[in-house]
Amino acid sequence: MRHIISVLLENESGALSRVSGLFSARGYNIESLTVAPTNDPTLSRMTIVTIGDDRKVDQIEKHLGKLVDVAALQDITVSDHLEREIVLVKVQVPDDQTVAFERVVGAFNATAMHVADDQYIVEMSGSSEKVDELINSFKITKVIEVVRSGVIGLASDARVLSVPSL
Amino acid sequence: MQLSGADIVVKSLKEEGVEYVFGYPGGAALHIYDAFHRQDDVKHILVRHEQGATHAADGYARATGKPGLVMVTSGPGITNAITGLATAYMDSIPLIVLSGQVMKPLIGYDAFQEIDAVGISRPCVKHNFLIQNVEDIAETIKRAFHIATTGRPGPVLIDIPKDITAQVTEFIYPESVEMRAYPPVKLPPLSEIVSGVEAMLNAKKPIIYSGGGVVLANAQEELRTLVRSLGFPCTNTLMGLGGYPHDDPLFIGMLGMHGTYEANMAMHDADLIVALGARFDDRITGTLDGFAPNAKILHVDIDPSVIDKNIKADLPIIGDVKDVLNGFNAELKRRRKDINPELTTEWWGQINEWRSYDSLWYDESDTIIKPQYVVQKLHEVTGGQAYVTSDVGQHQMFAAQFYGFSDTHRWINSGGLGTMGFGLPAAMGVKFAHPDADVACVTGEGSIQMCIQELGTCKQYDLPVKVINLNNRYLGMVRQWQEFSYEKRYSNSYMDSLPDFVKLAESYGHVGMLIEKPGDVEGALREAFALKDRLVFMDFITDREENVYPMIEAGKGHHEMRLRPGSKAQ
Repeated sequence: MRHIISVLLENESGALSRVSGLFSARGYNIESLTVAPTNDPTLSRMTIVTIGDDRKVDQIEKHLGKLVDVAALQDITVSDHLEREIVLVKVQVPDDQTVAFERVVGAFNATAMHVADDQYIVEMSGSSEKVDELINSFKITKVIEVVRSGVIGLASDARVLSVPSL
Repeated sequence: MQLSGADIVVKSLKEEGVEYVFGYPGGAALHIYDAFHRQDDVKHILVRHEQGATHAADGYARATGKPGLVMVTSGPGITNAITGLATAYMDSIPLIVLSGQVMKPLIGYDAFQEIDAVGISRPCVKHNFLIQNVEDIAETIKRAFHIATTGRPGPVLIDIPKDITAQVTEFIYPESVEMRAYPPVKLPPLSEIVSGVEAMLNAKKPIIYSGGGVVLANAQEELRTLVRSLGFPCTNTLMGLGGYPHDDPLFIGMLGMHGTYEANMAMHDADLIVALGARFDDRITGTLDGFAPNAKILHVDIDPSVIDKNIKADLPIIGDVKDVLNGFNAELKRRRKDINPELTTEWWGQINEWRSYDSLWYDESDTIIKPQYVVQKLHEVTGGQAYVTSDVGQHQMFAAQFYGFSDTHRWINSGGLGTMGFGLPAAMGVKFAHPDADVACVTGEGSIQMCIQELGTCKQYDLPVKVINLNNRYLGMVRQWQEFSYEKRYSNSYMDSLPDFVKLAESYGHVGMLIEKPGDVEGALREAFALKDRLVFMDFITDREENVYPMIEAGKGHHEMRLRPGSKAQ
């Protein structure tokens, strides 16, 4: 099962390596990991996408919770949630295919920026599946480079991830 | 008060009540060593190798329950300390390791004796810090003590760049520490206590299995109250020995790979396993397939990640085992009339039958010293009251099986990491903590050579440890596995070119004894322990091919022990 785990951690040097070290040391899978400071500059929010059975994910959450820098965590996939990933795709589009190309960009609500001769950067945000579909739909053109942000997400119900008060 | 970073380090240790710091100086730590020199409150003990410093601090911590302190320099100083950090981490021992670091502007430039101490120690510490500003030193030390000693204890490393120890700032030691991401351990809900007690009151085949957590939580009295009020059989893990007295009829011995027949069979056949501060590790469970097939698992631990890790708990309780035991005992007092000893009568009949097989039996000899016999005599000579440290291997198991502990904090060994070389430096730490107590290091000729340089430290500080070297001229446990699983192909498990341990001990200024006959064992031990102010290195020439029984071999379960040939249990 795929899980998205949101983690609030102290915005301190080394915190990221504690998390990534935990995953590698215990053989846990990381599909993607993103991290950036929150509106509270002393806290970072990390979003980890991992795959594992319930027992493994339970262990992952417990071990994350044990890290001294981790203030709170939540598996947002256990109920309704919104997940987004940003993708930038650099593609080569021959002149005779620009119409088809623009049709794909439009169909995905993406934007295209002309960067050189016959090259464009397509930008889109959406679920990981939608990002996959966008990349796959460029078969008529040549994909030169792909960069994905990794998943971020929020619970789309009343659940809030916050630091418990002492 | 304006102080240098180095003085702040030492003053902060004084504020924490630190008596001893075990360490070894070097370039990046020199300002701090100068600060040690300026005061007499915190005593620095100079070891011979940084691994020895960590084990000595670890032994001190295990024998006192207080955190152990280590000071090392950068680079090889901290890399040498890593084995000791990992040893303490695996056994949840509170250590504070201070490491010097190269000057902050040089970090990342491959400076002389530079290593990423925070990075290299990360997998084997509870937490670590790299100090960035002189103003942060006192607060960081306060936090380090808090983290190391609360919750599930463990080692904490503080890496301090040299230039920061020379800078000056106002010294204010914080009185308390609050960490939003590291909240205090909560009391478990009463409903869990009630359910746990209900399960115990209804069990027909219960077993109480207690581990190192009971030792760390100082919960031996609470454990004894629980066991005695229920009349349940109690087994201890290797780390939990002393939690329940060895000679109490309710005690059924150590469990696990080299546990007693009755303890392992009782685990296998139980209908309720009450796990207290123990973690169902692989040396305890044997193969997980078919583990205790009919047992309900009541699992108490302070660390949530231990619950459901190896064995799924039916009744998990997360909390300090002392608090939980107090809860159990209070609830049992309330329900005193519901305790029905008849429920377990049949179970005790079965256990006593298993016990009658005497699975630790060995064939005594008049001509060759049996290692078990030495440990039994050690118990007699020390009245069972010694602090016993060990290294790792057969001698460790013989000490665990045969010494017979009546109290916690007396049995000091590297259970989780299995670190050879632990015993002698750990005994030094114990001796500093309890100068008037008998301290024995039960070791083997393989293990002792891994930290034998600490005989020098023992001389410098007059530490009259008694070294019990069970010398079988083999790496005995490796040889035993090779005998059982590799058709006696003894690949590299011999010990050739051994030193003359008597002369070696004497060259360090200690007393050496060579004991070759069973008839001399007791007399030699009495003589050695009568030498109150001398370290005595006792080299016992033991049976070369003695094995540790019972044994649960790889892939086997609790009920599939290999038993000593010729024993009743067989």
